[in-house]
Amino acid sequence: MRDSLRIVLQMFVRSAQIQKKRAYLTIAAIAWGTVAILLLLAFGEGLKLQLDKNRRAMGENIAVMWISQTSKPWKGLPPGRRIRLRIEDVGYVRDRMPELSAVIGEIVSYRTALAYGKKTVNGRVNGVSWEYGEARKHYPQAGGRFFNSIDQAEQRRVVFLGDEMARDVFGQEDPIGKTLLINNSPYTVIGVMQYKRQMGAYGGPDANHAVIPITTARAQFGRDRLNNLVIQVEQPERMKPALRRLNEILGARHGYDPTDERVLPTWDTVESTKIMRNMTFGIQLFLGIIGALTLLIGGVGVANIMYAVVKERTREIGVKMALGARRNWIVGPFLLEAMTYTLVGGSLGIVFATLLVTAASFIPTQGNEVMEFLGKPTLSIEIGIIVSLILGVIGVLAGYFPARRAASVDPAATLRYE
Amino acid sequence: MANGRKNGSAPFDGTIIDMQGIRKVYDTGKVKVEALKGIDVQIHRGEFVAVVGPSGSGKSTLMNLVGCLDTPTDGVYRLAGEDVQGLSRDQLADVRNRRVGFVFQNFNLLPHISAFENVEMPMIFGAVPQRERRARTTELLERVGLGDRLDHKPTELSGGQMQRVAIARALAMEPDILLADEPTGNLDTTSGSDIMAVFSELSRQGRTLIIITHDPALARRASRVVHVQDGRILSDEAGAEAPDTTASHG
Repeated sequence: MRDSLRIVLQMFVRSAQIQKKRAYLTIAAIAWGTVAILLLLAFGEGLKLQLDKNRRAMGENIAVMWISQTSKPWKGLPPGRRIRLRIEDVGYVRDRMPELSAVIGEIVSYRTALAYGKKTVNGRVNGVSWEYGEARKHYPQAGGRFFNSIDQAEQRRVVFLGDEMARDVFGQEDPIGKTLLINNSPYTVIGVMQYKRQMGAYGGPDANHAVIPITTARAQFGRDRLNNLVIQVEQPERMKPALRRLNEILGARHGYDPTDERVLPTWDTVESTKIMRNMTFGIQLFLGIIGALTLLIGGVGVANIMYAVVKERTREIGVKMALGARRNWIVGPFLLEAMTYTLVGGSLGIVFATLLVTAASFIPTQGNEVMEFLGKPTLSIEIGIIVSLILGVIGVLAGYFPARRAASVDPAATLRYE
Repeated sequence: MANGRKNGSAPFDGTIIDMQGIRKVYDTGKVKVEALKGIDVQIHRGEFVAVVGPSGSGKSTLMNLVGCLDTPTDGVYRLAGEDVQGLSRDQLADVRNRRVGFVFQNFNLLPHISAFENVEMPMIFGAVPQRERRARTTELLERVGLGDRLDHKPTELSGGQMQRVAIARALAMEPDILLADEPTGNLDTTSGSDIMAVFSELSRQGRTLIIITHDPALARRASRVVHVQDGRILSDEAGAEAPDTTASHG
C-alpha cells in the first residue's frame, strides 16, 4: 500500500509538468468560481448581520401593543367595546409581572410645537416610562443621559431628543442643558440619542421624536390614556407566556376575554425575528446555490481538461498498463492532478475573495442608504468550511470520472494500432 | 505436452508458455468474431520463436493473450506454471510486470520523459528500490549501446535507438519472456538488422523470445517458426537457421 502511494506520486510528478498554459486556465476557472461563491456568501452574511443589527435597533425581545376594542362577548357585555389603558395600568402590570425586564406605557402627541430661539419645529413627542431608554435602545450621546425613575416620579420637565430632531431644532449647537419649549413650556434637554440604523418602527423612527417622562406628559397634554403598551422579556421563549399572562391580568382588570386578541393588537418582535431569520437563511441559501453552480462550472472545466488529458495519453496509459501498472497507479495521478488544480485554484480564490472583502470593509457606510441596508460583505469560518467542502467534492468528482475512463483503457486495443 | 508435434529446444528446462485449447471470441454486440479457434502450443525456456501469418490471422490476438494484455474466452493458459485464468486486472498487471517484456513496432516509449526514465518505469511498478533501479537502468542502456543517451527524450533519438531503449525497458524486470510485435517494422534496413542482431544476441544469452513478424529475415533467425492462419496454428517447425538445436520436425 505504501508502495502504491509512492508509485502514484512518482507517476504524478512525471506527468503533471506538461501543458502549463492549460493548467493555468483551469486553475483560473476554479479560482473564479471560488471568488464568486465566496463573494455571494459574504454578501449574504453581511446582509444577514446588517438586518439583524437594524432589527435589534428598536429593542430586543420586546412586544408592542396598541389598545383597541373587544371582539368577543364577555360576562354579558357585547363585543365592540373600547378598552382604555391608563398610566396606572403600567404600575399595576409591573407589580404583578416582576419577571418582565420592562413594562412601558406611551402617550404620543403628534405635531407638537418644539421651539428653540427663533426656530420652531412641529414634531412627535412621546411620554414614556423611564425603562424605555434601555428597552428601546435610546442610548445617549456623550455628555447626555436618558431620564430615570426620579425624573418620572417628580414629573420633571426634561426631554431626550432623537438625533435628527436635535439637528432639526438646534442645528450645529450642542442641545445638552439648553431649554426647549414644548407647547411653550420650558424643558431642559438632558440627552440626545446616538445614531442608529433602525429597521422596525411604530409611529415613526426614533431619530425624529422627542421623549419626555410619562408623568410630565400627562400634565403637559392633559390626558393619561396610553397609546401603546410595550413589554420586554429576558429570553425570547418567555414572550408567548408573558403575553398570555398580561392579557389575563388586564382582562380581569378591564373586563375582557383574555383570549381576545383584538383588544391589544400585538407586534411580537420575537416572532417577526424568527420569520426574518428564515428569510435571510433563504437568501443565503439562494446565493450559495448560485455560487456553487458557478464553482461547478469551474469543476466541469477541470473535468473537461482531464478528459482531454486522458484521451491524449491513452497510448501512454496503455503502455504503462503493458509495463505492469495497476489500476490505481493509472487512476491516482489523474485524480491528484485534478485535485491539485482545484486546490490551487480554490486557494487563490479564497485569497482573492478575502482581499476583496477586506477592501470593501474600508468603504464608509454611514450616510450611505444602500450600504446601511445591505451591510458589508463578511466572511466567516462557516463560509470557509462550506466552500472548502464544495471545492473538495468538485475536485474529487472532476478527477474521478476522467480517471475512471483512464482505467478503462484496454491496453491490447491501444497498443495494436498505429 | 501430450501434443508432441515438435520439440524445438534442446535442453528441457521448463515450459514457460503452455496453451491448451485457447479460443478467443470478440463479442461486438451483434457480431461474434472468433479470432482464435483452438490453439495448443508450448514454448520452453530459451526458445526463440517467430510467429508468422497474414494480417487477420489471429497472431496479434495470440500475442495479446501470451502477454496477458487480454484473457482467453476458453482454454487453459499457464505462464511459467501460473494459471492466468481468473486473475484480476491488477494481478494480470503484476504478471506482465514480472514475466513479460514488451517490444512494439512503434516503440511506444513515453514521449515526455527521458530514455532513462522510460527504462526505469517498469522497475517503479515492480517496486525496485531506487538505488538498485538507477544502477540497473544505466547498465541496461549501456548494454544496448546508449550509455551516452540517458537523458535524451525519445524524440531526440533515431528509430533504431528508440527500439534499443524499448528493448532495454523490456528487459528491466528480468522477464521470463520477451514479446516483440514487428520490432523491425518501422525501421530502415540497417537499423532493422541492427535490432535483429540484438535479438540474436539475447537469444544466445538464453532469453526466451517470441517475435511476431512479417519479415522473413527476422523469422529466419528464430529457432522455431509458428505459422498462424485463420485462428489456428498451420505449422510449427524449426527455423531455417536454427542455431545449435537438435531440431526435429513434427
